[in-house]
Amino acid sequence: MADINIPPPTNATSILAGASLRAGLSRLAKATAPPVVAVLLALLAGAVLLAVTGFYAFDIFTVMVNGVFQDVGSIAEMLLRATPLILIGIGLCVAFRCSIWNIGAEGQFYAGSCAATFCGVQFAGLPSWAHILLILVAGAAAGALWAAIAGLLKVLFNASEIVTTIMLNYIAIFMTSYLVTGPLMESGAAYPQSAKLLREVWLPRVVPSTRLHIGILIAVALAMIIYVFLFRSSAGYAVRIVGINSHAARYAGISVRRSILLAISISGSMAGLAGAMQIAGVTHRLYQDISPGYGFEAIAVALLANNNPVGAIFSGILFAVLDSGSELMQINAQVPQVLVFIIQGMVILSVVGFAALKFQSARPQE
Amino acid sequence: MHVQPFLRMDNIRKRFGSVIASAGATIEVEEGEIYALLGENGAGKSVLMNILCGILTPDEGEIVFRGAPLRLGSPEQAVRHRIGMVHQHFMLVPSLTVTENYMLGQGSPLRLLSRMRAVSSRISELSDRYGLDVRPDSVVRNLSVGEQQRVEILKVLYHGIDLLILDEPTAVLTPQETDRLLDLLRGLVKEGKTVIFISHKLDEVMRVSDRVSVMRDGRVVFTTKTSETDPRELARMMVGRDVLMDLPRTAAQPGRVVLAVTNLHCNNELGLPAVRDISLEVRQGEIVGIAGVSGNGQSELALAMTGLVPTTAGSIKLNGEELRGLSPSAINRRPFAHVPEDRHKMGIVLPLPLTENVILQRYNQAPFSVRGLLDLNAIADHARDLVRRFKVKARDVDVLIHTLSGGNQQKLVVARELARRPDFLLINQLTRGIDIGAMEFVMQEVLKEREAGKAIMLISTELEELFAICDRILVIYEGRIIGEVPPDRSRLDELGLLMAGKRIDTAPAATLM
Repeated sequence: MADINIPPPTNATSILAGASLRAGLSRLAKATAPPVVAVLLALLAGAVLLAVTGFYAFDIFTVMVNGVFQDVGSIAEMLLRATPLILIGIGLCVAFRCSIWNIGAEGQFYAGSCAATFCGVQFAGLPSWAHILLILVAGAAAGALWAAIAGLLKVLFNASEIVTTIMLNYIAIFMTSYLVTGPLMESGAAYPQSAKLLREVWLPRVVPSTRLHIGILIAVALAMIIYVFLFRSSAGYAVRIVGINSHAARYAGISVRRSILLAISISGSMAGLAGAMQIAGVTHRLYQDISPGYGFEAIAVALLANNNPVGAIFSGILFAVLDSGSELMQINAQVPQVLVFIIQGMVILSVVGFAALKFQSARPQE
Repeated sequence: MHVQPFLRMDNIRKRFGSVIASAGATIEVEEGEIYALLGENGAGKSVLMNILCGILTPDEGEIVFRGAPLRLGSPEQAVRHRIGMVHQHFMLVPSLTVTENYMLGQGSPLRLLSRMRAVSSRISELSDRYGLDVRPDSVVRNLSVGEQQRVEILKVLYHGIDLLILDEPTAVLTPQETDRLLDLLRGLVKEGKTVIFISHKLDEVMRVSDRVSVMRDGRVVFTTKTSETDPRELARMMVGRDVLMDLPRTAAQPGRVVLAVTNLHCNNELGLPAVRDISLEVRQGEIVGIAGVSGNGQSELALAMTGLVPTTAGSIKLNGEELRGLSPSAINRRPFAHVPEDRHKMGIVLPLPLTENVILQRYNQAPFSVRGLLDLNAIADHARDLVRRFKVKARDVDVLIHTLSGGNQQKLVVARELARRPDFLLINQLTRGIDIGAMEFVMQEVLKEREAGKAIMLISTELEELFAICDRILVIYEGRIIGEVPPDRSRLDELGLLMAGKRIDTAPAATLM
């Protein structure tokens, strides 16, 4: 099996069905059971790991959950962390549904951050709402273009997008370093960083006295829109057919190239938008290492959601809980943060394992 | 002489999921002969040979080799028993030299490096001995397909193989290279080697083999000395089916020409000519059959007509309009429907529900798509309509299509294509792999379309299907239409000869076209 294959989209059925509520619920249960079981298995394995390293797992998990859900402020911080994961994750759902293995969301996030910063420190005097819109659109466009490079290399020269997107990550990250030490560097700053964005273009906050900005609402809304695109639009249908069976797609008259370019551009635009929101909503300036690896973590978010954008809201939050929790564990329970990374890794492995199992049983061997 | 044959594979069974690849095949091979295994694609030849060379393990059955039972777990074990196979798809690393390829997997790298020169001179020696023209230091990537095949054959000889299996070795070769290969095989047998030769090409089998077995549907249906048979008999054995019930039909009343193909040429995926100068016409109210042993250009002809593979010359006209050069989606918008050869590969999308399968070519057209959004109710209604009219057995239209039987899948494909109200219907394999009930049903539906004045072209390797519904049958051989026969079972011999590439003087060549 040369290609990595996405398991069949069980949820697509329920959408086209117009079936009864009960049938819909049973399908929902069927679709959500594997990831839930996978996560539980991974947590169980994590508990064993904690026990072996001398920690009492139940206490640790309690500390973690209590810490993350302690008060409005901590929940807001967790959701703030979930925002880029959800945004990038829903974009990756589109690429993965088209069997395009975009590993370059990290670079597309950086491209979006750079474009957003550029627009954010320029154009003073624009009305606030227009300036914010410009920043977000510029970020999304930059991410889309960055991804489209890999898309073009794929459709024109059949270059593996796995390789090209990884390479483009490095270029974007180093380009950011160059920008914040050169053209975009704040004059007189001691550290490589850009000038601060004007207060007028900071994203509005949704919960007072927290950092949580409207990006989380936009992310959830976009998840719904991407869901409709994938499962209810004819362009999304074409993307999915290309992803499942490109021979059938060609037979159906679908332009395989166009669908690939569309899918990878959408996925890049979501990553770029996430970058723009990080600038306009959280850091308010660009610096090196602006992303702690959101673009890679979001791959797991999409996989855990079985490439379903609505599911990606929940898997994005789950990973954010694990991330926030890991810091708390380190601070409050003296558990090394790497143990949480190991647990996250186990979640991914068990999710992928479930997907592989499902795939094998669904298909006769060749 | 031999109490025990050199090799006996007894009642070999192998299934993959629900697909039975080998249904109790039995063969016996004598030492020092060229034994041909003949059959259509999917008859089970390659599976049987993959079992013999250790790639697959049989579910049932036993292999006796040189008087002892043979149980293989891997190709390496087969090589230890001096059995080797040259696969249809070469197992060479393109960026390595011939010598390096031979050394792959042959022990620790350090020891190998010291042996490089020895390996290389052994290759030269063997190459000279068999006249293979293989140079040990050539990089595989730079070799032609024919040369790569000789590298593969020499690799097997290098390992001291006594029983050599070749899977469709001539599929990738030019006629000159084929001649050379067949000479080589004769030479090997003189040296005492035994050769099993998988093919679906009758003339090669006639030219080179000592004995031949014909496989069909995972069984060996016929075995004979090659000198005691002829291509006609072999062709009939390859495609033979149970006689279908005759379907009632009226005499054809062909109307105007709907589809006209003239001097069409196209290449296969290897760039070799596959369709050579084909001209044909299909009129309103007639079903034109294209008969032939599979692999003679049928697939490429169908794909070329639908814009899915590029053509190199000629013309395809539908109602007088040139289709050649149009994209598949442009052809989809014409009154041209196509039931593809392999429904799993092309005709349907297995992990999707019936609903999403019935809109395959019309996913962006009204009423299924309105302003870019799918109208789920219209789609479900359409699917329900097709299911009802074609009596597709499915619990609901939102079940995944891979849960349906092959016959019901095919019914849905035919229903979908007919629902597009085509003037011309191209069918490549109407009844392959489906049960008798579904078979008769779809054939009747196609006949109804003929009554309604549609022009229909049916490409089939199953003669009974062609006899049952066609009005005339053209025979394709090596990419050319080489004759025409009426759909009359008494002319079966003539058809068999044409399928074997033998033009006959008595054949009504004048009525060709």
